Amino acid sequence: MQIYLPIAEVSVNAFLLLGLGGMVGVLSGMFGVGGGFLMTPLLFFIGIPPAVAVATEANQIVASSFSGVLAHLRRKTVDLRMGTVLLVGGLIGAAFGVILFNYLKSLGQVDLLVRLCYVVFLGVIGGMMFFESLRAIRQTRSGKVIPKRKKHNWIHGLPLKMRFRTSGLYISVIPPVLVGVAVGILAAIMGVGGGFIMVPAMIYLLGMPTKVVVGTSLFQIIFVTAFTTMLHATTNYTVDIVLAVLLLVGGVIGAQVGTQIGTRMKAEQLRILLALMVLVVCFKLALDLLLQPSELYSIAAPGGH
Amino acid sequence: MLRLALLIALLALPLKAEEVVMGLSRDQVRINTTFEGSEILVFGAVKREAPIPEEPLDVIVTIAGPSKPLTVRRKERVLGIWVNTDSVGIDSAPSFYAVATSQPLANVLSNVEDLRHRISINSAIRSVGAPAEIEDSQAFTDALIRIRMRQNAYQVLEGAVSLEEQTLFRVGFELPANLTEGEYRTRIFLTRGGKVVSQFETGIDVRKVGLERWLFTMSREQAMLYGLMSLAIAIVAGWGASAVFRMMRQGG
Repeated sequence: MQIYLPIAEVSVNAFLLLGLGGMVGVLSGMFGVGGGFLMTPLLFFIGIPPAVAVATEANQIVASSFSGVLAHLRRKTVDLRMGTVLLVGGLIGAAFGVILFNYLKSLGQVDLLVRLCYVVFLGVIGGMMFFESLRAIRQTRSGKVIPKRKKHNWIHGLPLKMRFRTSGLYISVIPPVLVGVAVGILAAIMGVGGGFIMVPAMIYLLGMPTKVVVGTSLFQIIFVTAFTTMLHATTNYTVDIVLAVLLLVGGVIGAQVGTQIGTRMKAEQLRILLALMVLVVCFKLALDLLLQPSELYSIAAPGGH
Repeated sequence: MLRLALLIALLALPLKAEEVVMGLSRDQVRINTTFEGSEILVFGAVKREAPIPEEPLDVIVTIAGPSKPLTVRRKERVLGIWVNTDSVGIDSAPSFYAVATSQPLANVLSNVEDLRHRISINSAIRSVGAPAEIEDSQAFTDALIRIRMRQNAYQVLEGAVSLEEQTLFRVGFELPANLTEGEYRTRIFLTRGGKVVSQFETGIDVRKVGLERWLFTMSREQAMLYGLMSLAIAIVAGWGASAVFRMMRQGG
């Protein structure tokens, strides 16, 4: 069934969009990532104009994250306090990121920077997670008792300590705020919710338990993407509500399914799957940069570089 | 008396040997939610006051969507990766352009006439100010045409116009599903020996209707409300799916 999208001004297959939304929704519920880094390139591929794809994608992530968070709230796997602290940092970072983005745009080559950002971050994060999870799985297999790492380093010497009961942490608020700011900046530049950076940062930098990380990440993604949606809707008029509805119907159902799958899997398995997915996307983007494209020319809106 | 009046009236008209009379199967295209493209039939006849001249007559029909400026970029390999380097601004390019002829375009239209009336795709695209450092600016226009032709947004239908007895003509156009709103300028040219002897112009009105119209207008005029509505739908859908799944789990 073909449907004409009023803002994107293209006609697309409704079932294709429902399917895409569902697939990304499953990943979102399982791993706590918004899925923007997967969905946006897919939307480009089926012919949605990039500006509309990025803006609408943000709106869809609001829905699937909200659906996922509700499921996690019932399981009490959302650290609301930590989420709020990260969010404060995230919004500061996002505002700063938008300024940085516009500055880079005036210099030209912002596209390239975004792509390089993707390749570097996805590669590093995916690689780190992959090897760490592999080690963890091997240790459990060999029956060795995993030595509980004493995470007593410089982070614990910082002031402004706060108790995060759900995560079982008693740490300074400075590291989470800084993580939030860093993710916010990257999210604004790369045009995503930032879940795929946030999740590993929470696990490895803040030492939060994997089960809590997913819900908490989703919690803060809702607010960041809601903010982005409003920004796009009021300044660029690029949110396509018909496209959003089609994607989010699939997305919210997928998110529920994903959460169910997620709770039945071991944390290491979850991490290694996320790592593999991140690495595949990274590899694909790197190939695009390295191989000669079949069409060297591209059409863009006027202005810019 | 009547004959005299008619004769005077005819003499008073600018003297034209041949004139186009035309019709459209539809002069408006309505884009609704299930819009999948549209077919338009352009037909007509040549009105003559004099016998048919020796030289054969040809017909060219063009349909042009609203024009917009745009930028064409080219990638080049820099330090092993493919990067956008050169770019050329196109002053105005139609979002849709179709040109249909009764014979191959080169046979029915001289270059001079093409430039004057902007008939071929290449001359319908206006590109004046290519930067001085780019020598092959035509390559950018060619790329634009190539990309748009692949998307069916630009069409060359040589020989698609069927012309009978040098008088009746007819041609069908397929408008793709991803149409932009606006006035689609439709032109008909009669040519003889590469020269345009008569032309006629009309418009096809393409616009969104119903839900499409309402959402589009709202997104421009009440952007804040539109954004909030999008968010509200997202939240309700997220909550709805969650509630449905919980009920299913409790039921099962």
